[in-house]
Amino acid sequence: MRNKIIIFLSISFAALVLNACNVAVFDTKGLIAAKQANLIVTSVLLMLIVVIPVIVLTFFFAYRYRASNTKAKYTPEWEHSTILEIVWWTIPIIIIAILAVITWKSSHELDPYRPLESSIKPIEIEVVALEWKWLFIYPEQGIASVNLAQFPVNVPISFKITAQAPMNSFWIPRLAGQIYAMEGMQTKLHVIANVPGSYEGVSANFSGEGFNGMKFIARASTAAEFSSWVDSIKHSTDILTQERYNTLAKPSSDDSVHTFSSVREGLFMDIMMQYMEPACEHQAVPCNMPRQCCKRHTQD
Amino acid sequence: MFGKLSFAAIPHDPIQAGGAASIVLGVLATLAAITYFKKWTWLWKEWITTVDHKKIGVMYIIVALIMLLRGFTDAGMMRLQLAISAGNNHGFLTPDHYNQIFTAHGVIMIFFMAMPLMFGLFNLIVPLQIGARDVAFPFLNSLSFWLFVVGAGLVNMSLVIGEFAATGWLAYPPLSELNYSPGVGMDYYIWAIQITGIGSLLTGINFFATIMKMRAPGMNLMKMPIFTWTALCSNILVMMAFPVLTATLGMLFMDRFFGFHFFTSDLGGNAMMYVNLIWVWGHPEVYILVLPAFGVFSEVAATFAQKRLFGYNSMVWATAAITLLSALVWAHHFFTMGAGGNVNAVFGIATMIISIPTGVKIFNWLFTLFRGRIIFGTPVFWLIGFLLTFTLGGMTGVMLSVPAADFQFHNSMFLIAHFHNTIIGGVVFGYFAGFAYWFPKVMGFKLYEPLGRIAFFHWIIGFFVTFIPLYVVGLMGMTRRISHYEIASGWQPWLQVSMFGVMIIGGGVGFQLLQIAYSVWKRKELADTTGDPWNGRTLEWSTSSPAPFYNFAVIPQVTTRDAFWEQKQQRRAGVREAIVFQDIHMPKNTPLGFMIAMAAGLIGFALVWHIIWLALLGFMAAMTFIIVRSFDEDTEYYVPAAEVARIEAKFAEGT
Repeated sequence: MRNKIIIFLSISFAALVLNACNVAVFDTKGLIAAKQANLIVTSVLLMLIVVIPVIVLTFFFAYRYRASNTKAKYTPEWEHSTILEIVWWTIPIIIIAILAVITWKSSHELDPYRPLESSIKPIEIEVVALEWKWLFIYPEQGIASVNLAQFPVNVPISFKITAQAPMNSFWIPRLAGQIYAMEGMQTKLHVIANVPGSYEGVSANFSGEGFNGMKFIARASTAAEFSSWVDSIKHSTDILTQERYNTLAKPSSDDSVHTFSSVREGLFMDIMMQYMEPACEHQAVPCNMPRQCCKRHTQD
Repeated sequence: MFGKLSFAAIPHDPIQAGGAASIVLGVLATLAAITYFKKWTWLWKEWITTVDHKKIGVMYIIVALIMLLRGFTDAGMMRLQLAISAGNNHGFLTPDHYNQIFTAHGVIMIFFMAMPLMFGLFNLIVPLQIGARDVAFPFLNSLSFWLFVVGAGLVNMSLVIGEFAATGWLAYPPLSELNYSPGVGMDYYIWAIQITGIGSLLTGINFFATIMKMRAPGMNLMKMPIFTWTALCSNILVMMAFPVLTATLGMLFMDRFFGFHFFTSDLGGNAMMYVNLIWVWGHPEVYILVLPAFGVFSEVAATFAQKRLFGYNSMVWATAAITLLSALVWAHHFFTMGAGGNVNAVFGIATMIISIPTGVKIFNWLFTLFRGRIIFGTPVFWLIGFLLTFTLGGMTGVMLSVPAADFQFHNSMFLIAHFHNTIIGGVVFGYFAGFAYWFPKVMGFKLYEPLGRIAFFHWIIGFFVTFIPLYVVGLMGMTRRISHYEIASGWQPWLQVSMFGVMIIGGGVGFQLLQIAYSVWKRKELADTTGDPWNGRTLEWSTSSPAPFYNFAVIPQVTTRDAFWEQKQQRRAGVREAIVFQDIHMPKNTPLGFMIAMAAGLIGFALVWHIIWLALLGFMAAMTFIIVRSFDEDTEYYVPAAEVARIEAKFAEGT
């Protein structure tokens, strides 16, 4: 029995060590994630200036000033030292001041809404979080896919994100940090992949019963592979009409990858605007969304 | 007639039914025991109708510890599920059940474990520490307590009748709206928190008034013990934050019950408004919890190092700074909502500024130990455990406060590990230290130390074994609230280690229960006859253990900090003040706090199940009780001086 436990523990430990390259946040495959990983390391190093002395002093003081050690100095009335207190008000202030400057700069530089600087024209991908799958619409290519986003490496990608589902969060850890996907709202995320490969994408915000299956694949490929992928989809049979979208939007989980050779014009905008009452009343958009105001509108 | 309530509401799933049965059996067994030992009259006269802050404090802590067991069971089930639920194995919980468990775990641990443990400590110690005979509003205190019990009752009732929310502990819309959560679980959530939240708000007002108005003569603000300072700041935050919670959940209720559109996606509603509002409450809430823990550690460090607290002024200013800042950082909980660089940077920087006063506090504690004579009582173990874990938690907190980095941490297991690191390492360790430290004052005997130390080592080792792996899987891209994952993710070994850690913590909980039971058994040997078992510094140690119901026979005169320490010095120097006993003015017991809370519980239950007539009945009952109470002028009495002299003489004999 004991041997079994030891074997189990050593296998587990080996597995843990082998896993080290699995740490997605540091195993970066794109510029944004790499900068974020750097930022994380910088902030840790800055904090360690305080953290390490605290841990060392805790052990040292606890040991040195134990009651049984009567050789140690004992000053029961000593309660104040201006110099010492100035020291530990000042050091954290300096560290936080440095970190604040870094924070201010990085918050703007890595703002997910900020387009990436590049001479290459970005590819736009519209993302819809559904119950519980991700729909990707390529407005320029006129195609769509479920739970798979493919794009070329070294080309900036501009994701526009909305939802017809509870709040989700769009996250590809190896490429960039996340942003929320919300009904009636559009958020943006700019991403670039620098290494070809298939990367896990997830929803980071709990969205209900099928949340476990709210995953997708982000596939970064060469430009040539990307265009042949687009061509192959153009030849597939299924097309994303309004009716097809309404079926797709019904709750389901762990959906396999699916592609559509064409998409109804303006679908993304309509999904977002369906929650806006005035738009429905004025018929600015076709009133064919399954839910919310349009349902009320058709009932009237 | 009965709204949505029918026999279908009783759970059929074997695991849920098992949970329901254990609750029902537990309640029945308790009731049977009370009847068998003929304790009903005693229970009613001594406890249910009491307005004595010490008894209310004891009841708070008992209920909190029971809720800790419930919340811990939930935690164990989650860790077990995640340890096995990879690939083809889907574990032993369905996603819906798992979702209810993590929601209940969060709600119970914050509202029904941490908050009452904190209010329990306030009740037990704050009036004693400031030399008062009771809180400012003793009746309100009883009402607050029973409102909390009713809230806790509703959460547990949801296990037996119906279901609990499956939305996460803060229930973001639109998931928590009728559209996506039509069941009664969300309504249980709303009413359990609403009722207990009103109780919390009333307690906040009560203790603010108590500390501001009832301090012993001579104790100005800068002579207050640090625990009282942190209690004051914590209650200021309660008064600021809890009305926001009540209003927010009130609006969510109106959305769900009356079809309003505060937070729905359509017709002008906005879920982002809810997210802001709930964190305007939620962020101060964590400081509400942790500030008193800081206070406990300040008392423990000075007492057990047998030395004055280092840097009192810095401590007070740091506490005040944290109080103010904690109300200005709520948006760091949703950097990922797309607010843009300026907003994110401002809230990020405001957040990391909090680490400055917190860091100062840590150094002050360290230099209180410096050149002291540290006696290693159990509270000191918790203090050292706290300094180590909380420093780590503080570091990961600053990591999270950098918005661009937070995009990679948010809602991942890294975040989960971080806040458990601060809440367990800070709040829980702090309250346990306070529990061990003040236990003899309340019960009249000490806790058996060796078992306390064993429990501590289980907790701290278990903590690191549980949560370091969670930091790691967070960086590996594992998000919170999933109940199943693929084997290729590589998370499983880490999650198995984590489950092993929870088992170690479970050992810690077990040893704590054993420690309490053993200490009760050996209470004669462990008795504290002096009233001052630790050679304390503050006024609570100047009275007998347990303190008499009027706390102080003569209200103490305060001239310095560490008032009792000073008194003891003077006595040693031969100074004796002449004692003249006077009649003592005390509040009378009343059942109305209990009755109003029960009526509130009726309203809550009725609105969960849409039984309108029952809600109206509950409302009428509550109003009637409130009116009866407001016309009752016979609420106080005098303890004759002779009686006081008799009780004091008995204590003097013992010492």
